[in-house]
Amino acid sequence: MSGYDLDAGDAPPVPLPEAKPSRLARWRDSDLLANFLRSKTAVAALIATVLMVALAFAAPLVAPQNPYDPAQLDLINSNLPPIWQADGQAPYYLGTDDQGRDVLSAVLYGLRLSLIVGGLGVLTSGILGIALGLIAGYAGGFLDTLIMRVADVQLTFPAILIALVVDGVAKASFGSALDVGPLIGLIVVSIGLSFWVQYARTVRSSVMVEKGKDYVQAARLIGLSPPVIMVRHVLPNVTGPVFVIATINLALAIITEATLSFLGTGLPETMPSLGTLIRTGNRFLFSGEWWIVAFPGLALAGLVIAINLLGDWLRDALNPKLQ
Amino acid sequence: MLAFLLRRVIQAAAVLAVVGLIAFAMFRFAGDPVNQIVGPDTTVAERSQIRTDLGLDDPVLVQFVRYAGNVVRGQFGISYQFRQPVSQLLAERMPATLELAFCATVFALVVGILMGVYCALRRDSWIAGLFQAVSLIGISLPTFLIGILLIYLFSVTLGGLPSYGRGDTVRLGWWTTGFLTASGLKALILPSVTLGLFQMTLIMRLVRAEMLEVLRTDYIRFARARGLTTRAVHLRHALKNTLVPVITIAGLQLGSVIAFSIITETVFQWPGMGLLFVQAVQNVDIPIMSAYLLLVALIFVTINLVVDILYTVVDPRLRLSTGRAA
Amino acid sequence: MSETILSVRDLTVAFDTRRGPLTAIDRVSFDIGRGEILGVVGESGAGKSVTGSAVIGLIDRPGRIAGGEIRLRGERIDNLSPEAMRRVRGKRIGMIFQDPLTSLDPLFRVGDQIVETLRTHTDLSGRAARTRAIDLLAEVGIPAPGRRIDGYPHEFSGGMRQRVVIALALAAEPELIIADEPTTALDVSVQAQIITLLKRLCREHGTAVMLVTHDMGVIAEAADRVAVMYAGRVAEIGPVASVIAKPHHPYAVGLMGAIPTLSQEADRLSQIPGSMPRLTAIPKGCAFNPRCPKVFARCRVERPEPIPVDASRVACHLYDAAERAA
Repeated sequence: MSGYDLDAGDAPPVPLPEAKPSRLARWRDSDLLANFLRSKTAVAALIATVLMVALAFAAPLVAPQNPYDPAQLDLINSNLPPIWQADGQAPYYLGTDDQGRDVLSAVLYGLRLSLIVGGLGVLTSGILGIALGLIAGYAGGFLDTLIMRVADVQLTFPAILIALVVDGVAKASFGSALDVGPLIGLIVVSIGLSFWVQYARTVRSSVMVEKGKDYVQAARLIGLSPPVIMVRHVLPNVTGPVFVIATINLALAIITEATLSFLGTGLPETMPSLGTLIRTGNRFLFSGEWWIVAFPGLALAGLVIAINLLGDWLRDALNPKLQ
Repeated sequence: MLAFLLRRVIQAAAVLAVVGLIAFAMFRFAGDPVNQIVGPDTTVAERSQIRTDLGLDDPVLVQFVRYAGNVVRGQFGISYQFRQPVSQLLAERMPATLELAFCATVFALVVGILMGVYCALRRDSWIAGLFQAVSLIGISLPTFLIGILLIYLFSVTLGGLPSYGRGDTVRLGWWTTGFLTASGLKALILPSVTLGLFQMTLIMRLVRAEMLEVLRTDYIRFARARGLTTRAVHLRHALKNTLVPVITIAGLQLGSVIAFSIITETVFQWPGMGLLFVQAVQNVDIPIMSAYLLLVALIFVTINLVVDILYTVVDPRLRLSTGRAA
Repeated sequence: MSETILSVRDLTVAFDTRRGPLTAIDRVSFDIGRGEILGVVGESGAGKSVTGSAVIGLIDRPGRIAGGEIRLRGERIDNLSPEAMRRVRGKRIGMIFQDPLTSLDPLFRVGDQIVETLRTHTDLSGRAARTRAIDLLAEVGIPAPGRRIDGYPHEFSGGMRQRVVIALALAAEPELIIADEPTTALDVSVQAQIITLLKRLCREHGTAVMLVTHDMGVIAEAADRVAVMYAGRVAEIGPVASVIAKPHHPYAVGLMGAIPTLSQEADRLSQIPGSMPRLTAIPKGCAFNPRCPKVFARCRVERPEPIPVDASRVACHLYDAAERAA
């Protein structure tokens, strides 16, 4: 994933004030949109993603049940199969689990939770990575060496291992009985700490390229402070690659959260994400209640594949070298 | 060449030192080690006695040196959950993990290379398209979901393949192996495929891309111009050149396979180090966590080193150029 | 001219694109006799290399031979099956590529590459093939061939590698060698050596050579006859001495004017204004008409066919009997 063309952002170095309103127009006129509409997979992936995100966030409105509210669960309705099987019952279209929880509702709420945690995780890792990359690239010297060495060491370990360690250490430090709020925060931080490296590397190399250019020197001569130069002038040049990394990392972050929850160190059964649902549903695989695990699994697979397809398309579209 | 290797060894040592520092910090500062040892009704005096006995009152540097010394001698402390030396727990479970990682890697390499070569040579065929689609799914789906799917297909629906454990194992010295019994071999199949699938898709994509690149080179055109058989051009010249970079990546992936086995071992209740680690995280068993982290780091670093050496053996250009190898 | 080795008649090569086929080579005809060196010159993109690739049957997709015929000693080879054509390559037609640095497979010893070629095309046993390989290396002027045979390509200099490539092309004693810019990538001092070597070997073996180059100096030095190509067509073909001394086609006149010679003043170096058309925009009539200083109405509508003028054949309306009479 190091193939981004970092010089691609060469175009107008200092964005002139009047150029600003035309950004949308520029995008509309660019090949990006035409390229997008030509790729059937990309369009399908986008529709699927938008649909799932919309359903997830509309969960409280569309879901037949609030799966987090124990009062709404009824054991009489437990282990019902999906509606198209003999014993299926409306409104439990996708069946219920052993506690009478509606699988469809659980999936929608779980999807929402997975998206929130994944999104926040990407945001955290992005901010962390971009900040560290800017510092490393601009400051150079000892700070640069330190940050990039840490990045190197961390890259040797899979993200899930790092997330597990962060998770475990935090629980050891704060006690293992955390509330759901702090728990989500903890998972977000674990994900953030696991995925910052790629942003940092991309931003750093881009800063190194931009730093030597005349407009940065000019900005420095005018007396702009380094942070202003960084954020106003250098950062816009890396939005393309950063956006691609963020898209692909969103899929990875969702997988990481799901995996943590599946391993039993993520979200609890009282407030299940897709990973937790799969963890609990897995127990019923042998007793025949396949739907308890199948639908959360399908939702997770669909979401991740759709986002990955979008990311793939985006990467190819923004990287002319690959064509 | 020697200077190159020396530099790599120093880098490796530095990585280990950093991970050691982190492991020590976890060991020492994450939670209070005393709390993990004593019961709730221990008096304050007893607690401080234990603190002194454990050396927790010494300067941090002294503690780190002591920790490092212990680690070098293979002593990682006592597990909070099992009340057993961590080194013993890890040693018991290591064969299971290594055998699983070995089978997964062999599977990933063999199938990945075959599929990759096929996709490169018959890039317009529908089978190549199918492989590409499968690889996208393989790269997208979380490992545990693949494991569950395989269990559902081959254990629940079709039956025949076990869904958990190692089957019968044979003890060879301190090593236990599942390779010598039918049930042990059967038990290896699903976990190996689950663990290897991600690497397999990675290798397949890599081999395909690399081989397409190689097929465009002048020496392949020249080999064809020399009238060599298609077989010789593809399977001797193109494949060998393709595999040089693939070896590096695949070798580096072996480390990930061992680390990723955490998930596969949990799905299949495989009694390896990964399962031990997950249980340690769930139960906040810091000595096991830090020891596992160190062990994985050691494995990673060793593999990186071996891959570097292997690379120079395979590629004659690197073998002789001593100073230039960067 | 003695016995004709290669005979190309109305060869047409098209590249299929989304916007329909593009004609890269348009009805090209020429012969090469035994022991003769035919130089093929033209700017880059004139179709020289594609012509060479077509003769040896190495046109890559989406290109294809769309018309005409290629005969080797009277036998058609343009419509052979891929397997039959493979047997012709290396055995009856050898090829030398532009860049010796990338023509040899970096992972195989040069000796193994020669032996492999010999064993593909001859009945030589392993040991006999090795002896023959050493002889070949000696013949192309590689010092200490018995030792160098076990070297890898990167251990040879550029000139030495091109000698190895020539040895490979000559290995099975082909009747025809296609040398595609064989000296372009070499140092000036080495170029002359390679040209001399090529000339000597062809004389000794009676091999016909198609020498593709953009360098008129190389043509003047090595070739017996020369074909000047423009936009995929042969503009003029004839004996080197006469084409250089007295070119007929206005494009050839311009091209010859572009060779600096010692007797000429440097500032008299004439140039042809404009540039060669792209394949997508070849003008109607004579392809050269927009740049031609002597263009007239007929040139813009009717494509000129090659007609004999002195010792050459020239595709230009200026030399048509009717025009001359007018």
